[in-house]
Amino acid sequence: MTSRRTALLLIAPLLVGLLVGFVAPIGAFLWRAIADDEVAAVLPRTLAALRGWDGATPPDGAFVALAEDLREARAQDAATGAGGIARAAARLNAEWPGMRSLLPATGRRVTTPGEERAKILSASAEWDTGAPWRAIRSAGGPFTAYRLLATLDLRRDAAGDIVPTPEEQRIWRGILLRTLWISLSATLLCLLLGYPLAWLIATAPARAQPWLLGAVLLPFWTSLIVRTAAWMVLLQKEGIVNAALLRLGLLDAPLPLLMNRFAVLVAMVHILLPFMVLPIAAALRSMDPALPRAAASLGAGRLRIFLRVLLPLSLPGVGAGCLLVFIQALGFYVTPALLGGPNDQMLAWFIGFHANRLVDWGMAAALSVLLLGAVALVIGLYGRLVGFDRVRTA
Amino acid sequence: MRRRQIMGAAGAAALALPGTAARAQQRDLTVVSWGGAYQEAQREVYFRPWMAARNQRLLEETWDGSVGVLRARIQSGANTWDVVQVESEELLIGGEEGLFERLDWNAIGGRDNYIPQAVSDFGVGAILYSFVLAWDRERVREAPRGWADFFDTARIPGKRGLRKGPKTTLEIALLADGVAPAEVYRVLGTASGVDRAFRKLDSIRGDLAWWERGSQPPQWLATGEVALTNAYNGRIAAANAGDGRNFGIGWNQNLYTLDSWVIMRGSPNRQRALDFLAFVGQAQVQAQLPPKIPYGVTATGANALIPREVLQQLPTAPQNAAAALQIDDKFWLDNLDRLNQRFNAWVSR
Amino acid sequence: MRTVLWAFGLLVLLFLLLPILVVIPLSFSAGSFLTYPLPGLSLRWYDAFFASDFWLPALRNSLVVGTASAALATLFGVPAAFGLWQKRVPGRRLILAVILAPMAVPAIVVAVALLLAFGPRGLANTFTGLILAHAMLGVPFVVITVLASLARFEPVLLRAASACGAGPWRGFFRICLPRIMPGVAAGAVFAFATSLDETVVVLFLAGPAQRTLPRQMFSGLNDEISLAIMAAATLMVLLSALLLGAVAWLRRPVR
Repeated sequence: MTSRRTALLLIAPLLVGLLVGFVAPIGAFLWRAIADDEVAAVLPRTLAALRGWDGATPPDGAFVALAEDLREARAQDAATGAGGIARAAARLNAEWPGMRSLLPATGRRVTTPGEERAKILSASAEWDTGAPWRAIRSAGGPFTAYRLLATLDLRRDAAGDIVPTPEEQRIWRGILLRTLWISLSATLLCLLLGYPLAWLIATAPARAQPWLLGAVLLPFWTSLIVRTAAWMVLLQKEGIVNAALLRLGLLDAPLPLLMNRFAVLVAMVHILLPFMVLPIAAALRSMDPALPRAAASLGAGRLRIFLRVLLPLSLPGVGAGCLLVFIQALGFYVTPALLGGPNDQMLAWFIGFHANRLVDWGMAAALSVLLLGAVALVIGLYGRLVGFDRVRTA
Repeated sequence: MRRRQIMGAAGAAALALPGTAARAQQRDLTVVSWGGAYQEAQREVYFRPWMAARNQRLLEETWDGSVGVLRARIQSGANTWDVVQVESEELLIGGEEGLFERLDWNAIGGRDNYIPQAVSDFGVGAILYSFVLAWDRERVREAPRGWADFFDTARIPGKRGLRKGPKTTLEIALLADGVAPAEVYRVLGTASGVDRAFRKLDSIRGDLAWWERGSQPPQWLATGEVALTNAYNGRIAAANAGDGRNFGIGWNQNLYTLDSWVIMRGSPNRQRALDFLAFVGQAQVQAQLPPKIPYGVTATGANALIPREVLQQLPTAPQNAAAALQIDDKFWLDNLDRLNQRFNAWVSR
Repeated sequence: MRTVLWAFGLLVLLFLLLPILVVIPLSFSAGSFLTYPLPGLSLRWYDAFFASDFWLPALRNSLVVGTASAALATLFGVPAAFGLWQKRVPGRRLILAVILAPMAVPAIVVAVALLLAFGPRGLANTFTGLILAHAMLGVPFVVITVLASLARFEPVLLRAASACGAGPWRGFFRICLPRIMPGVAAGAVFAFATSLDETVVVLFLAGPAQRTLPRQMFSGLNDEISLAIMAAATLMVLLSALLLGAVAWLRRPVR
């Protein structure tokens, strides 16, 4: 047995386990971003009847097919709870607004056979136009880019060109920008607060160092949910911060400190700060203390030493810190959910909302592609600019 | 030798894991309700007595509504809920989509055992309640007279709490905009009516705070987070009785509705779930709930066992019911998903 | 200059520590308000914690899931780290990327993906599913920590052992493992702490029977902030301090 084979055998159980238990589930989930099978699963006869249709007046056969499809799907849903009609309706709504309610409502009208056309038209006269039928046809699958486009507030118009979505439906670019903006602000604030602290730790007397480091490590090890809870208590309307400010006479009336962007940012900076301090402190500590002295002996001033010697040498730590803080901030879920208002929620919250509340796993997947893409981009950029060999964390 | 031991240990671990999974399948009855003061009252009156009477464990969960949650649980194959208390339109939607088991009425005392409103194919009514306008009398001196005052930030300054979602929010906006209660759902059925409701909401958008759990409005009133809020009538009364608060309840234009118990599809605990529902369907058991939290109950004959002064606080008391708008579950059955989408886009911008 | 640095640094440290330290005394309050001054000291919130139907099972679940997932992560992570330590493994970078991926993928993506993968297979809402998920989230920490220990280990010792006739397994267990044991233990503690801290995956993947402390705290914070939650928070801070102490002790410089 060669050592190379032994090595592979040792790695294999974990690697296979992660491929099966981690990579495959995530891949299967992300796949749903482009899979387009909701409508085909529920309306196969209708899709068949629409094959070769000119797109103008709906063909007569389509009404009968739709009624049969909906009857069968209703029975299927009632028997298994699969929710096929609701999901198909949600998908069709993206092609033609109004379908979300219209499809289930139409299903309720055609529970018995016969007079299909009249019954369907009794749900809405729109069925007499081409629009809902064209929506069904274009959502027939098997793949679609509409969700990925939708995450950028884009859609295809009737001619197939990519155009912006209507003004009142445009939300995702704003949410993406909000996510990036909150993450960037948190990173910069962490750097601003963290660099001097790291400097202090690295240059403190040996006696003080373990205490200073311990004071960073204790919050670092404390659970995220505990720290979020602490901020909830501190920032309440009648909480400790407001009470202190009132007593100091800085305020006349308590400020609303919770359920807003401020609360989210403060708590995020608090939670992420150790990830900034520790790598910078490690980089500064591993520096040769003779260097600044040598520079000084050559006549360089303090500022010059800092800018020309110390800062460049600590950059790998700064880079690692920023990377760690930024990619973690991008995925924050719990803290904004508990401390923020509805327009402080980040991408992660909307992924959960689509998965858990709207049962729109396709859209959750598309948003996940966006989020993972952002994370991968940052990591890739970092690899290009700094390289991974120089990352050291304390 | 050693290698075999390691393989053996790993194998044993692998075998032990599915064992825990098999045991988890025979899970305890899981009952899901709405948390806070309400679930505490249910715990005392329903859950603990049932556990003691049957010598069985009951697990509690808390949720805050949305038929999507129920869909997600069934369709992801990851459901552990057995009995859930749902809102009226969730009962209709879930029944149609096969999310619930058809109810065996004979096992829970028969249809005649309940008031007519409480009887349906998939659920049995649990409580009758109202969404009311609430405020803290210690902070807001001038009592709001109706939802129009809710939108009048000049008359009563401060933030306003509404339930996150289109249901109740859109009705309230239209009532505040002067639509007569009898007209609300007709107006909301038109595109211009929906626009009108959102325009009204836009007028105080910056002053709105959105609650998701029924326990939040009394907390927000208590801490002064909001000046006025839409709230469940029982939570406000419970805060007055239990925490010594002095909250006002505006019954004018209250939104009246009913929640039901359902059994989730495929529940392995169906028999126990029915037994639980039979237990909490007894008039003498139900009659203990309103004194703890003033919601109306559904067993025939329960009201005869409830003290008069408690009956006066219920949404079903004549003077309270007269000022009510009954939430139209048929309207929401047809329109919930559509208006949810519009609301979510509006609120997260 | 120096004093300014110290003043600013200590202020930042205060910002880091104060929120945690402020909460602890609150949990000993005799009243029920979440602010100072305390009306008096009492253990009533700890009584409430231990008497409740939720907190004690949550603590037990946290410890069970944490221990099992840390054990699993260690069982798979240590051999893998040892394998990766041999630099000439083909595709080493790619393998490392897969192993470290659970650290970089946002928790919400993991949570939804695992819910959809585990649900139909009956693994959602089970201890097995939760332990597997947490083990995967913890394994990168084991691998990194053990690799760091191995970097200080002299491979020449292994060659010496094999020259003396010991097989590779014997060499690993008798020579290498004892020397990297502190790293292995520290890795296991990291994995345990990861599980103990994890909220999002639990939120999606755990049923009411698997509620852990963070999950219970999350729903408590959503529902009604009471001082019983602060008692739970205090216990969690204590637990974290113990784990931090354990790692500090394991990584102490040995002379």
